[in-house]
Amino acid sequence: MLDFLGDRYEQILFSSWQHFSLVLQCLVLATVLAVVIAALVYRSRALTGVVNSVSSIGLTIPSFALIGVLISPFGFGVLPAVIVVAFFATLPILRNAVVGLSGIAPTVVEAARGIGMSRFRTLVQVELPLAWPIILTGIRVSAQMVMGVAAVAAYALGPGLGGFIFSGLSRLGGANSFESVVTGVVGVIILALILDLLLVGLGRLTIPRGIRA
Amino acid sequence: MPEQTPTRAAATVVTGVGILLDHVTKRYPGQARPAVDGLTMEIPAGKTVMLVGPSGCGKTTTLKMINRLIEPSEGRIVVDGDDVTQMNGDRLRRGIGYVIQAGGLFPHMTVATNIGIVPRMLGWSKERIAARVDELLELVSLDPEQYRDRFPKELSGGQQQRVGVARALAADPPVLLMDEPFGAVDPITRLRLQDELINIQDELQKTIVCVTHDFDEAVKLGDWIAIFDEGAQLVQYDTPERILGNPANEFVENFIGSGAGLKQLTLTRVADVAMEEAVLARPGEQARDVLTRIVAAGHGHAVVVDSRERPIQWLSRRKLGRLGTIGSTPDPALPVVGSRATLSDALDTMLVSSAGAALVTGRRDVFKGVIDIKTVMDAIGRSQDAAALDSTDAPVGLNTGIFSAIAAGDESDDGAPADSPGPVVAAGDAPAAP
Repeated sequence: MLDFLGDRYEQILFSSWQHFSLVLQCLVLATVLAVVIAALVYRSRALTGVVNSVSSIGLTIPSFALIGVLISPFGFGVLPAVIVVAFFATLPILRNAVVGLSGIAPTVVEAARGIGMSRFRTLVQVELPLAWPIILTGIRVSAQMVMGVAAVAAYALGPGLGGFIFSGLSRLGGANSFESVVTGVVGVIILALILDLLLVGLGRLTIPRGIRA
Repeated sequence: MPEQTPTRAAATVVTGVGILLDHVTKRYPGQARPAVDGLTMEIPAGKTVMLVGPSGCGKTTTLKMINRLIEPSEGRIVVDGDDVTQMNGDRLRRGIGYVIQAGGLFPHMTVATNIGIVPRMLGWSKERIAARVDELLELVSLDPEQYRDRFPKELSGGQQQRVGVARALAADPPVLLMDEPFGAVDPITRLRLQDELINIQDELQKTIVCVTHDFDEAVKLGDWIAIFDEGAQLVQYDTPERILGNPANEFVENFIGSGAGLKQLTLTRVADVAMEEAVLARPGEQARDVLTRIVAAGHGHAVVVDSRERPIQWLSRRKLGRLGTIGSTPDPALPVVGSRATLSDALDTMLVSSAGAALVTGRRDVFKGVIDIKTVMDAIGRSQDAAALDSTDAPVGLNTGIFSAIAAGDESDDGAPADSPGPVVAAGDAPAAP
């Protein structure tokens, strides 16, 4: 096992970085996407319902199946990986963003409008900051989930630690196959822990003291 | 005449502006009856107008149409002679202070940020905003050093409400709209906040429109009270004195509740009524001499004051007859009221002391005179007389519906559910729309 790690030291680090980077970028993309969609729908009860069911149904789609489907239009490589990871990352964030935005006390919004804030300014200066702790919780859930999804994306020859898992599984019983799988899995777990710590830190920095629990 | 305290209007400059609701109607889709039905109402500059009525009567809707948080379906809103019905709503609202129940503070912003938010939208410089924030915190009796950087959750309900008022006043708007501002605080805090609002208004002379369901609050704060029934039908729009003394109909009577006469007593302060003179005595004097002076003056009592003119005892003829020299021990049960107290407080003191009168003290507890039951009765009589007078200076307030009903009743004609009467047209004609 140690030999395996020693021999492939650089390759493992590089793949880890790729994996991490893929997840992080997809998370950013997903957060922007989710917040924009949530901001568009949260005022309408009907649209909120639609979005909530889409996000719960979406989570039931097996990621492996989705990436398989995406290979035919987009081919192999980074693009299908990004699409799948971003798609799954968006769902929990979207759900939390909608919940967070619609859970804000109506009096606060009324006060904002009453002192002359436009709808957009109210959203940016009042509603999003107040919903941010809940959105961030969604981001953390999402981050954990898509760490695993990103590993599956290696099936489409995407970047990351998934490659170790798939190559190991395909040669199971062969030399170093077990070590390869373990490296991939443990690597993903470690990355997930690191990312979660970073997100907790982000929360400390960005959640205003007035609404910190 | 309708002024409660005519002195205060003269003392400071009126910074408020007049408002006119001109045949304003609000219909909600899917509702048969309009929430506000053809309301025409004049709100005089620099006055406090209280909108009261049972819940669901449309008073809040009326208030929110002034800053167009709720857009009127028909009619015009005129602020300071300008028709604001078509202007950008956000810009309009930045120029009108708005206070809601519990302050409506933004929990993620500090007190200073909350107060400075409107000036920031108006593009003030940082220094100017900081100075203004401190000034306003002083105005609402919060120490800037201590409270500037706190978050709303670190404040009590009353303090939050004060910050809410400070935020509404931040850009020095001529008009302040308040929606049940003191509904969410405990009764004692509410009384203090009301007193403070009166003081602030004495100083600033804004035009305040305030919604409340508490009639006593309306009597206390209002220069004018508008009583609404369902559909924002304006039942009576007059001074607190005249509404108490001369309620327009049974609905108003019921709304006032019992004890209208007693409520009138809260309208007058002890300082505003005539006080009786008293025979003064000093500790150490011979009781016999004092007794002679009382008899000469035809009084029944003598007031003993100490070296700083503070009353310490109140002696009847009989007591004086039994005394040798006058002592200097203060009587703890002395019925004393401050000159800023209301007649209601004074009456309460008299009844408790069973003396039928009370000693009035001014600043630093200096003795000023005696107020007795008869003075209080006279004050009630006077305010009833005042109420009986016709109000020539009352602001206009009516509904199209009511007006046509009156017209129909008077002459049973079908003509003209009527244009508004003189004053409204005059106000509406004033500089119309930019």
